[in-house]
Amino acid sequence: MSTVFEKALCKRIKETPPSKIRKFFDLVVSTPGVISLGVGEPDFTTPWHIREASFYSLEKGYTTYTSNKGLIELRRAISKYLTKFDLEYNPEDEVLVTIGVSEGVDLAMRALVEEGDEILVPDPSYVSYSPLIGLAGGKAVPLKTSGKDNFKLTPENLEAAITPKTKALILTFPNNPTGAILTKPELEKIAEIVIRHDLIVISDEIYAELTYDDVHTSIASLPGMWERTILLNGFSKAYAMTGWRIGYACGPETIISMMNRIHQYSILCAPVTGQLAAIEAIENGYKEMREMVISYNYRRNSMVSGFNRIGLDCGLPQGAFYAFPSIKSTGLSSDEFAEKLLVAEKVAVVPGTAFGEMGEGYIRCCYASALSDINESIKRMERFMQNLDKDTQKVSNQ
Amino acid sequence: MKDLKSCVLELLEQNSRLPIEEMACLLNASMEDVAAIIDELENSRTILKYATIIDWEKTATEKTNALIELTVAPEREFGFDKIAERIYGFSEVKSLYLMSGSYDLAVFVEAENFKDISLFVAEKLAPLNAVKGTKTHFIMRKYKEQGVPYKSEDTVKRLVVTP
Ligand SMILES: Cc1ncc(COP(=O)(O)O)c(C=O)c1O
Repeated sequence: MSTVFEKALCKRIKETPPSKIRKFFDLVVSTPGVISLGVGEPDFTTPWHIREASFYSLEKGYTTYTSNKGLIELRRAISKYLTKFDLEYNPEDEVLVTIGVSEGVDLAMRALVEEGDEILVPDPSYVSYSPLIGLAGGKAVPLKTSGKDNFKLTPENLEAAITPKTKALILTFPNNPTGAILTKPELEKIAEIVIRHDLIVISDEIYAELTYDDVHTSIASLPGMWERTILLNGFSKAYAMTGWRIGYACGPETIISMMNRIHQYSILCAPVTGQLAAIEAIENGYKEMREMVISYNYRRNSMVSGFNRIGLDCGLPQGAFYAFPSIKSTGLSSDEFAEKLLVAEKVAVVPGTAFGEMGEGYIRCCYASALSDINESIKRMERFMQNLDKDTQKVSNQ
Repeated sequence: MKDLKSCVLELLEQNSRLPIEEMACLLNASMEDVAAIIDELENSRTILKYATIIDWEKTATEKTNALIELTVAPEREFGFDKIAERIYGFSEVKSLYLMSGSYDLAVFVEAENFKDISLFVAEKLAPLNAVKGTKTHFIMRKYKEQGVPYKSEDTVKRLVVTP
């Protein structure tokens, strides 16, 4: 404890809640022998050709700073890659290489948010948006999505959340934790509202390659949207490169240059080794990436059918690598379910509420896990549910 | 995605002991459909055999392997097929491929020891009329077999809970 710092800390950071995931993490770490479905990253190591390319770059002595915006070769490769989503960005000034999508979100918020601005954030969704909006001085307004709509963002809910203070909307589909996606016709309805209210969209498309039944559509490719969208994407999920910390932000030069202004002072540039590995990934990584997606697809089917078999209602997630089963039938809250399951059966899942209020009644389970772990955890969860039933019968018999 | 047949083959190539029930689950297909596909693949000899990859070094069994490069004179009408059949008939021959380049047939042989392989080459392969020359390379160490490294990869632990 330092009372000096206690006094010195700024209000914004004191008002930022710690990540709920963190608390749960500590609990899991202190329980030995856990099978964890609580991870948020691929279970593959980065494909060898990418690792090998980075050894080569080190051997050749590529160990310097790069341009603030990132290596032009990487920006060109990103620009070329994005044409597959009907997107055109000039690699010179419309692409910025960031330290993962995480930094991209922070830059976008800091470049856009004025004290009191409202930013709409789908609920549930990835944990970093709301705190970063708060740190930038804005107000995160949850946009409810619910199980009955397969956690899709509906035009009605969007329209209802917009006020005169609304500046931007964060779109994050395929979604972590729900696995929901938005199809082109669904995005068109969202785009119409966004344009009518003259809003900005920050679209986190980090799971764009991880869809199973439909191909991904980027909202930036719809008419009238390019000029009002910041597209965020990165290498973490598709290429199993979470530890390399490489992502990118694309958009009109007006916004990208300002995001770069923050980035040049706080980050300088993304690590060069990661950038060179990213070039190898984006240029030659398609085949191995698809193999990983196919493998996730198998495990998705397996996990989802397992949940439904043991009485946890679970829709087939369309993207990312998370199943989001409902645990409402047990009568427990998400937090209770996750904690009791951990204690009783040593299976770690993330309570849906870690991702927003609308996650209540659900748990997030990552199927980028070994098949044997998936099967074993479903067995344990089945036993857990049966014991719950017995307990409630005992209680009602008393 | 891919058709069911290719998916079944890929899964079996990875693990030929995968139960049909589990395979049906992974593929979101019925057990009947998967079983029918496997039957068809076996009957058409698309699936030749279900084998196991073994690290014999970890056992008491002695095994020596060699690659023998053969140059052969092809036969009129039959090309290389007749001589290939003569060669792959020997139980010592584990694999046999027709190659482009400086020799014709690559013969992978396995026997208990060095001497048995030498004898096999000297007494069975070299005397064949069509065989013009042999070059025997003993395999000193195996690193990877049918896509599987002998050494297990160190597994890097992911954090147990991440956002
Ligand atoms: C939706 C979403 N966005 C961003 C991130 C962070 O990505 P990066 O590794 O590129 O910072 C994650 C990681 O879990 C995520 O799920």
